[in-house]
Amino acid sequence: MTSIQSTVFMALQTNDDTRPIIEALQRDNPDAVVHRLPAMVKIDAPGRLVLKRSTVEEILGTDWDLQSINLNLISLSGNVDESEDEMILHWNR
Amino acid sequence: MNTQDTRRPSGKKLSLKEKYAQMTRGLGWDTTYEPMDKVFDQLGLEGIKIHDWDKWEDPFRLTMDAYWKYQAEKERKLYAVLDAFQQNNGHLNISDARYVNTLKLFFTGITPAEYNAHRLFSMLGRQFPGPGAAIACQMQAVDELRHVQTQIHCISQYNKYFNGLHDHTVMNDRLWYLSVPKSFFEDAISSGPFEQIIAISFALEYLLTNLVFMPFMSGAAYNGDMATVTFGFSSQSDEARHMTLGLECIKFVLEQDPGNAAIIQRYLDKWFWRGYKVLGLVSMMLDYMLPKKVMSWKEAWDIYFVQNGGSLFNDLSRYGLRMPKYWEQSVAEAEHLSHQTWNAFYNFSGAAAFHVWLPSDEDMAWLAEKYPNTFDQHYRPRIEHYRKLQAEGKRYYNPSLPMLCQTCQTPLIFTEMDDPTRTSHRQLEHDGDTYHFCSDGCRDIFAGQPDKYVSAWLPAHQILQGNCVEPGAEAAGDPGADALRYFHVVAGQDNLDYEGSPDEANWLRWKGLDKMPPAAAA
Amino acid sequence: MSVEIRVASIDPIRQTFARTARRFGADKPASRYQEASFDLQPRDNFHYRPVWDPQRDIYDRRRTAIEMRDWDDFRDPRQYYYATYVLNRARMQEAAEKNFEFVDRHGLMATLNAGQVQDIETLLLPLRHLEWAANLNNCFISAYCFGSPMAQGAIYTTTDRLGIAQYLSRIGLLIDGNSGQSLADAKARWLDDPAWQPLRRLTERSLVQKDWFEIFFAQNLVLDGLIHPLLYAPFHSGVGDAGGAYLAMLTEFIKDWSADNQKWVDACLKIAAAESPVNRARLSAWTTAWKAQALDALAPLAQRAAHLDGPERLAAASRALDQRIAKLGFDAA
Repeated sequence: MTSIQSTVFMALQTNDDTRPIIEALQRDNPDAVVHRLPAMVKIDAPGRLVLKRSTVEEILGTDWDLQSINLNLISLSGNVDESEDEMILHWNR
Repeated sequence: MNTQDTRRPSGKKLSLKEKYAQMTRGLGWDTTYEPMDKVFDQLGLEGIKIHDWDKWEDPFRLTMDAYWKYQAEKERKLYAVLDAFQQNNGHLNISDARYVNTLKLFFTGITPAEYNAHRLFSMLGRQFPGPGAAIACQMQAVDELRHVQTQIHCISQYNKYFNGLHDHTVMNDRLWYLSVPKSFFEDAISSGPFEQIIAISFALEYLLTNLVFMPFMSGAAYNGDMATVTFGFSSQSDEARHMTLGLECIKFVLEQDPGNAAIIQRYLDKWFWRGYKVLGLVSMMLDYMLPKKVMSWKEAWDIYFVQNGGSLFNDLSRYGLRMPKYWEQSVAEAEHLSHQTWNAFYNFSGAAAFHVWLPSDEDMAWLAEKYPNTFDQHYRPRIEHYRKLQAEGKRYYNPSLPMLCQTCQTPLIFTEMDDPTRTSHRQLEHDGDTYHFCSDGCRDIFAGQPDKYVSAWLPAHQILQGNCVEPGAEAAGDPGADALRYFHVVAGQDNLDYEGSPDEANWLRWKGLDKMPPAAAA
Repeated sequence: MSVEIRVASIDPIRQTFARTARRFGADKPASRYQEASFDLQPRDNFHYRPVWDPQRDIYDRRRTAIEMRDWDDFRDPRQYYYATYVLNRARMQEAAEKNFEFVDRHGLMATLNAGQVQDIETLLLPLRHLEWAANLNNCFISAYCFGSPMAQGAIYTTTDRLGIAQYLSRIGLLIDGNSGQSLADAKARWLDDPAWQPLRRLTERSLVQKDWFEIFFAQNLVLDGLIHPLLYAPFHSGVGDAGGAYLAMLTEFIKDWSADNQKWVDACLKIAAAESPVNRARLSAWTTAWKAQALDALAPLAQRAAHLDGPERLAAASRALDQRIAKLGFDAA
C-alpha cells in the first residue's frame, strides 16, 4: 500500500461551534482540503493536521477549551496527540 | 512523610497530561494477598505477552468530571432535538417512507450490537490490569450503553408510525439475516480480551465504522431525518475516542513483545473479513435503500477503507503488520456487493422485517453511473426482468431456504468475481461433516477455529429442524409461518414489498397523497 | 418544519416497543427510562461458548447463586438511563468543581492544622485504592451479571467510583502542591502500613470472587456500609473545627453520591430477598461471612481514627448495617 498517500482527517458537525475550528485548521494547515458534506465537514490533510487552541481563541476572541472539541467531533484518522494547547493528528509518530 | 515538607498549597500548575496521570495512573497496585493472575485471570488465554502496562499511552485524557460535563452537554442538545422531533411529527419530513427501511435494518441489526459492545467493554474494563487501558474501556462501556439508548429514544417516534421496528431485541436473537451481525458480535465477545479489543476497537471501530456512520448519517441528513442525524453524529463524537483507543491498543500490544505481531496479524485477518461480511448490509443501504443517495458503496469503500485503511497499514508496517488477507478481493467485490445483496433480499423479502422495492429508472441511471463496469452488464437486465414479472402479476419470490455460510452466516448469494454467473461456494471437511462457506476468507476463519464455528446457530438449519417455533405457541405445521411468528415478524405488515404495504398506505394518507391519481403520488 | 392542520389526524399505530408493552402490561405510552432499560440483553440462540467460561453461555443466569424468575426486575428507583445519569452527575461535578476551585484559589488548605492534614493523609487518601477496587468490582458486575437493568446500574457505579478516586486524588494534590507526593505516600500506606493491610487483604479477596451478586453484596452493601460512616463521614462534618468546613466541601460529592447510590443498592437487595426464601438464606449467609470479615479488617483503622471516635463510629455503623439489612428483608449476622 506504499503507493497511497497517507492522509489524516478530522470530521466535524456542521454548526456554529465548529466554524472557528475549521477556520483555524485551514489557517494552520495550508495543505488541508475541506469537504462540505450534508451536516458534516471533513478536513483531509497529507500526513499531519494540527488544531491550535490559540488560533481558535484568536478567531473567537474568547477563551476556548480544546477538550470541548469532543462535543462536535464526528471522526478522525491518524495518531492523536493531545495537550491543552493543541491536538495533532499524524502518521508515523 | 513529614507533612510540613510536602505542604505546598498553590503549587505548580499541572499540564493536562500530568494531571490525568496523577489522578489515574497510580490507582492500581500489584496485589500480594491474592496472586495477580487470579485477579486478572483472562490475560493468559491467548499467548499475548504484556511486560509493562505503564507503557500504555492514554489517547484522550478525560477525567470523570470532564466526561460528565461534556457528555451531559451532548445529551442536553440531543434530547432537545428529539423532543422537537416528536412534538412536530418530524417523521413526516423524511424524503419518502422507503427511507425508514434503512432505520429498520439499523435498529434491528446495529443497536443490539451496540448492546453487546456495552457488555464487552465492561469485560475489558475489568480484565485489563493497567488503569489507563481499563478506564478507556470503562468509558467506552458506558458510551456504548448511551448509543443503545439514544438510538432507542430516536427510533421510539418512528416505531409509533412505521412497522418492523417494534421488536428489535427478539428479532436480533432470532431473525435469519440478523444472525450475521449477531454472530459477529458473539464471536468477538466469546473471545479472549485481546482478541475482543482488536475485533471491536481496531477492526470494527477504526477500520470499518466510518463506513457505517459517515455515509449513513449523511444519508439521513440528505433524506430529512433530523433525529437520526442528531443521534448518529452525537454517537460519533464518542466514536472518535473509541477509534483512538483501538489504534493505541494495537500499538501498545505490538510494542510490548515481538511475538505478539503474529497473533495480532491473525486477529486482523480474521476480523477484517468478519467485519467486511457484516458491511454487505450497509452496501445495499447506501446503493438501494436511501431514496436520495449520498455516495455509492464503492466510493465509500475507496475513501474509508482503501485510502484510510491504506494509510493506517502504512503506519503499522514498521511492526511487521501487512494489510489484512483478502483485502484486494473486497475492493474487486465493491463493484458487485450491493447489487447481489439487494437481489437476495428482493428474493427472500417474505421472511424479512423490512420492505423491498425495485429501483426506479432514475435510481438505475445513478447505479449505472456509479458502477460503469458492472451495473448495465449484469444487474440492470435482472431488475428489468423482475419488473416485467411484477407487471404481469408474477412477482418472483424464492420459496426455498438459502444455504448459509458456516462462518459469517450470509446466504451463499455471491458470485465469483471473475465470473458473475457462478456462485462462490467453498467447502471443508471437519470431523466427518462437510461445512459450507461463502468465500475463501470465511473458510480460512473456520479452519483456524473449527470447534468454535461448528457450534454456530444457523437459522436455515434450525428452521428445517423445526426449532424455530415461538415458545408456548402451538406449531402451525408450516415451517415458514412458524418461523415468521418465531421471528416476531407480522406477516403482511412487516415483510414483503413496500408497494402495497401498510407503511405505504399510511404514508400516502398522512402526506395527503392517497387522493391523488397514482401517477402523481409515486 | 411544516406543521399543518392535518397533523391532527395522524395517529400512532402503536405506542411503544413490544418488549416494553410485554413488560409493563399494555401498549401504552412509556417513559424513556422504561424504553431504554429493560429486556435489552440477548437471550436466545447464542452461537459460541466463551473461551473465558466454556461451561456457560455468553450471558448466563448461573454466574451467581441468586435465582430470579425475571432478571429484568431490578428497577432502579432513581430511574437513571444514560442521559439522566450524566445530567445528574454533571450537576454534582459542577458544584464539586466550584468547591475545589474556591479552596484552591484562596489557599484554604493552608489553614488546616497538622492534625487535619495527617488525617487526610493517613485515613482518607489511601481510600483511592479502595475506590479503584470498587470500580473494578462494579465493572465485573456490569460485565457478567444477567439482565440489562443490573448491568446499567453497575456501569454507572463503576464510573462513579472512578470519579470518587479522582476527587480523592485532587484532595491529595491540593495538600502536596501538585507534586503527587501525598498520593505516593498514600499508596505506600495502602501497600505496607499495618493498619491498612487487613482492609487491603479483604479488598483483594473481593477481587477474586466469581459470583457477581456476592461481589455486589460485599462491595456495595457491606464494605461501603461500614467504610462511609467510619472513614468518610468524619470529613463530611468538619474534622477538628477550623478548616474542617473546607474538607466538608471537598468531600461533599462523596457524601451526596453515597446517599444516591444507596437507593439503588437497597432496591436491588430488597428485590432479590423478596424473590424467594432461597435467596434470603443466601443473602443471610453472605452477611455472616462478609460482615465479620469487614469489621475485623476495619478495626485497626478505627483505632487509628480513635481521636475521631473511630471505634464508636464503627460500632454504630455495624448496628446501622444490621438495621438496614433487616429492612431489606433478610437476616443480619
